[in-house]
Amino acid sequence: MSPESTPSQRLADMRQAAEEQWRELHEPEIPVIYVGNATCGRAAGSQETIASFEESLAEKGLEARLVKVGCLGHCYAEPLVIIHYPGYPPLMYQKVGAGEARVLVNSFLKDGSDPCFEYLFGALEPNDTFPTLMDYPRYLFEKRVIMEHCGLIDPASLDHYLAVGGYQGLAKALEAGSRRVVQEIKDAHLRGRGGAGFPTGIKWEIAANASRHPKVVICNGDEGDPGAYMDRTLMESNPHQVLEGLIIAALAIGASRALLYIRAEYPLAVETIQQAIDAARERGLLGADILGSGFGLEVEVFQGSGAFVCGEETALIQSIQGNRGMPQYRPPYPAVAGLDGLPTVINNVKTLSTVPVIMRRGSNWFKQIGTENTPGTAIFSVVGDVEYPGLVEVPMGVTLEHLITEVCGGIKDGKPFKAVQIGGPSGGCLPASELRTPIDFDSLRQAGAMMGSGGMVVMNDEACMVEVARYFVDFTQNESCGKCTFCRVGTRHLLAILQEITKGEGSEEDLEELQVLSESIIQGSLCSLGKTAPNPVLTTLRFFRDEYLAHVREKRCPALMCRELIAYYIDLEACARGCDACVACCPTEAIFTTSNRKKAIDQEKCVKCGECVYACPPEYDAVRKVSPPEMIPDQGIEPLAETEEEDEK
Amino acid sequence: MSDDMVVLTVDGLEIKVPRGTKLLQACLDNGIYIPNLCYLEGMERPPSSCRLCLVEIEGRPGPVPSCSLEVENGMVVHTSTDALRRLQQTAFRLLVSTNSGKCSLCMANKRCEMQRIAKFLHMPLRTKRLRHIPKDMPRIIEEHPCIDYESNKCVLCGRCIYVCGRQEDAPFHLDFAGRGFNTVISFFGSELPGVAEYCRDCGACIAACPVGALSYREDRQRFLQQLERNKASRARK
Repeated sequence: MSPESTPSQRLADMRQAAEEQWRELHEPEIPVIYVGNATCGRAAGSQETIASFEESLAEKGLEARLVKVGCLGHCYAEPLVIIHYPGYPPLMYQKVGAGEARVLVNSFLKDGSDPCFEYLFGALEPNDTFPTLMDYPRYLFEKRVIMEHCGLIDPASLDHYLAVGGYQGLAKALEAGSRRVVQEIKDAHLRGRGGAGFPTGIKWEIAANASRHPKVVICNGDEGDPGAYMDRTLMESNPHQVLEGLIIAALAIGASRALLYIRAEYPLAVETIQQAIDAARERGLLGADILGSGFGLEVEVFQGSGAFVCGEETALIQSIQGNRGMPQYRPPYPAVAGLDGLPTVINNVKTLSTVPVIMRRGSNWFKQIGTENTPGTAIFSVVGDVEYPGLVEVPMGVTLEHLITEVCGGIKDGKPFKAVQIGGPSGGCLPASELRTPIDFDSLRQAGAMMGSGGMVVMNDEACMVEVARYFVDFTQNESCGKCTFCRVGTRHLLAILQEITKGEGSEEDLEELQVLSESIIQGSLCSLGKTAPNPVLTTLRFFRDEYLAHVREKRCPALMCRELIAYYIDLEACARGCDACVACCPTEAIFTTSNRKKAIDQEKCVKCGECVYACPPEYDAVRKVSPPEMIPDQGIEPLAETEEEDEK
Repeated sequence: MSDDMVVLTVDGLEIKVPRGTKLLQACLDNGIYIPNLCYLEGMERPPSSCRLCLVEIEGRPGPVPSCSLEVENGMVVHTSTDALRRLQQTAFRLLVSTNSGKCSLCMANKRCEMQRIAKFLHMPLRTKRLRHIPKDMPRIIEEHPCIDYESNKCVLCGRCIYVCGRQEDAPFHLDFAGRGFNTVISFFGSELPGVAEYCRDCGACIAACPVGALSYREDRQRFLQQLERNKASRARK
C-alpha cells in the first residue's frame, strides 16, 4: 500500500481479502449453515438451535461452517436457518428448533440426500427444483434498501460487510469532500426516519455552516416505542452500515466527535456496535486518519437508561450531559447549539443506515424509489393480528392496504380488519376507510396518524377502540418527563376520562372534554411527546365515535373487551350435561351446577377473566360473552339441590 | 435609534426595549402582564414549562412561549386573543386540578402567584370542569431535615431548582424526581448525610416558590397552630 493512495484504492486492497472469504462461503466446499441470531432469533430459541447443530454435527463427525447472522425481519418464521449445501442453491428453513436442527443434520447435511421439504421455506436463488422466496408476496413486494444485507451477513465480520460493498460510500465521500456530500444528501431528498421527516441534508448544512467548533454527530438509537424494533435489528444485523453512515455524517458537517446513543435495554446491539467500532478502528476506518484521507473521527457508545422521552433530541442531549432527560425549548436547534452548546446533528439509525447506500449508488438511483416528496423506503415493524408479523421494508407511497393485506398476508384467521395504529404510542388509529392512504410522512399526518419511527399495530374486530386509546394514553402519560403542564397534567386527565368511559361511567360531555383537552395539549405542549400524545384519542373519536357513544349511552362495549361492561354466561342449550371442564379453570369458583346438571356462572363471583371460554370444549362452545351485562338471558337457572349434589359425589 | 434598542408592537402598543431582552420581560417591564410561573428575571434559557406565557406573533405559526423568545425589531405581538386565553385557562385549570383549592388554609394565601393569575384569567381556584386528581403520594413530603414539601400545591415550575443551582459554594442542589404526573421536587433523601451536609438552609428555594409548596417546617407548624387558635376563638364567639 503506497502512502499516497486514495481512500478508494486503500479500500479496494482491503476488499480483496474480504471477497476471497466471501467466495469461500458462497461457492462452498463444505456445507454452510446460517442461523439468525439477533435478539428476536434468540428469543425464539436460536441459541438452542445452534447448540443442537454443533452437537449433531460432532456426533456424526460432519464438517460444516456455522455462521451466526443477524435478522431478516421475518419474526413469524424464527428461528430462521439458511443451509447452503454444495450442489444445492442456498435453502431457507423456518421455525428450526433444536429438534428440527437434529433432523436437518441427520437427513440433509449427512449426505445431501433429503433436503427436508417439510421445514423448507424457499430457495434464495432461482432454480428448477425448489420454490424461491420471490414466490412469496412478502419477498416479492418488499424493497430492501436499508435492510438489504440484514440476516445474510455476519454482523461480527467487517469482511462480510466489505464484500457486499461496505464502506465504498465512505471512500467516495472522503474523496468528494464535505460540501459535495451534503449536496448529494440534499439532492436525494432524504428525510429523517426518526419520525418528523425533516430533510437530513438541510440539517447537515445548518450544522456544517455553524461557526462553532468542534462539532458533534449523534446516532439516535433510543428506540422506545413499544412494539418497534427496526433500529435494534439494524444495529444487531448490520452494525457497520450504521457506523459508515455516522462517519459520513461526521465528515459532512466536519465533526470530530461521534456518539451512538443506544438504550441499555438493547445489550446485544450495544455489544455488536462496540465490536464493529473496534474492528473499524483496527482497519483504519475510524481513528485519526480514516483511509489515509486525513479526516479523523472517534466514535463512542452512550447507553441511555430507559426513558421514552430521551428519544426526543433535546432530552437526549440532556441525558448525555448527565442531566435529567427533559426536553428543552427549541430554538436554538441542536444543529446550532446542541451537546455542550456545540453544533450537533442527531440522526436516527435508519437515516444513517440509508446514507451509505445513497453515497454508493447516487442520489438519482435513490430518488427512483418511493415518492417525489419522500424518496426511499420505509421500515415498519408490523405487529398484531396479521398473518406474517415482522419487519417490512417497502417503498414509500405504497398504500396501507397493500402493506397489510398483500405483504403481511392479511388478518390472522380470516377475521375482519378493524383498525391500524401507526407511528408508535402517539400515532393515530385508522379504520378500513383510510386504508388507501399512501405511506409517506405527509399523507399519514394528513390522515391523523404519523410515520413515527414505524411501529404498526394491526387490529381485528375484537379490539375496543376506547380501550386502545386508553392503553396508549396510559403509556405516554407514564413516560411524560413531567416538565410542561399540558403533557404532565393534561394527559393524566385524558387517561382519567378514558378510564371512566371504559368502566361505563362516562358521559357525552366527557367526549367533548376529550376533544377540547386533546386539542389544547397538542397546541400547548413543549415537545413532540405532548404534541402527539393525544393522536390516538383524536383519531378514535373521529373514526370510531359510535363505539364511544355505545360506551357512554348504552354502557355497552361493542367489541366485548371492556371488563366492566361485559358478562359471561353459559348457554344451557349448548352446555353438555355432566361436563365440568370449565369448573376447574375458574379462579373464583364462580361456576356451579344447575338443577339439570349443566353449568352456570355466579355473576357475583365472576371476575370476567374469560378462562372458561378457553376451557369449554370446542364441540360445545357454550360460554357466551355479552355487553352490557344486563343482556344475559333468563334461562330459568336453579342450582342443583344440595342433597342431590352430595348424592352425585 | 440606537442599535442596541429594539422597537416592537405588543397588543397595538409600541414599546422600545434593549436588544436581547426576552419578550416576556419586555412586556412585564412595560406594564403588560402575561401570566407566568416558571420564569425568573435573568434566566438564560427559561424552562418554558408552565405554558402560561404563550403569545401569538404575526407571521409565525402557533402560540409561542414569550419567556424563551428574544425581542426583534418590528415584531407584532398579541397577548390576549381568545385562542390564547382559552389555552391559558386550560393550562391554569390543569395546574389547579391537583390541589384542593382551600386557600385560607395555605401559608401563601394572598401572596400566591396562582391567585393573581386566577384573578387575571377570571378563573376559580378550584376546577369544576375537570376532575380533582391529587398526586399519587403523600400530601406532605418531609424528606428534608427542616423543609416541608407539599406535593399537590407544587406547580413544578422549577424556580426552586434554578435558584438552588445558583447558590454559591453549595454543591448540593434540588432537582426533579419521578416521572409523568407524579413528578416532584426532591431533596434526594434526608436519611442520607448529603442533605444535611450540603444544604445550607439558605431558604432561597422557599422564597422563590410562587405557590408556597415549600416551607420551613417550623413556620408551617406555627401557622397551623395559629389556624387552630383562630378556629377555636371563632367557635367561642
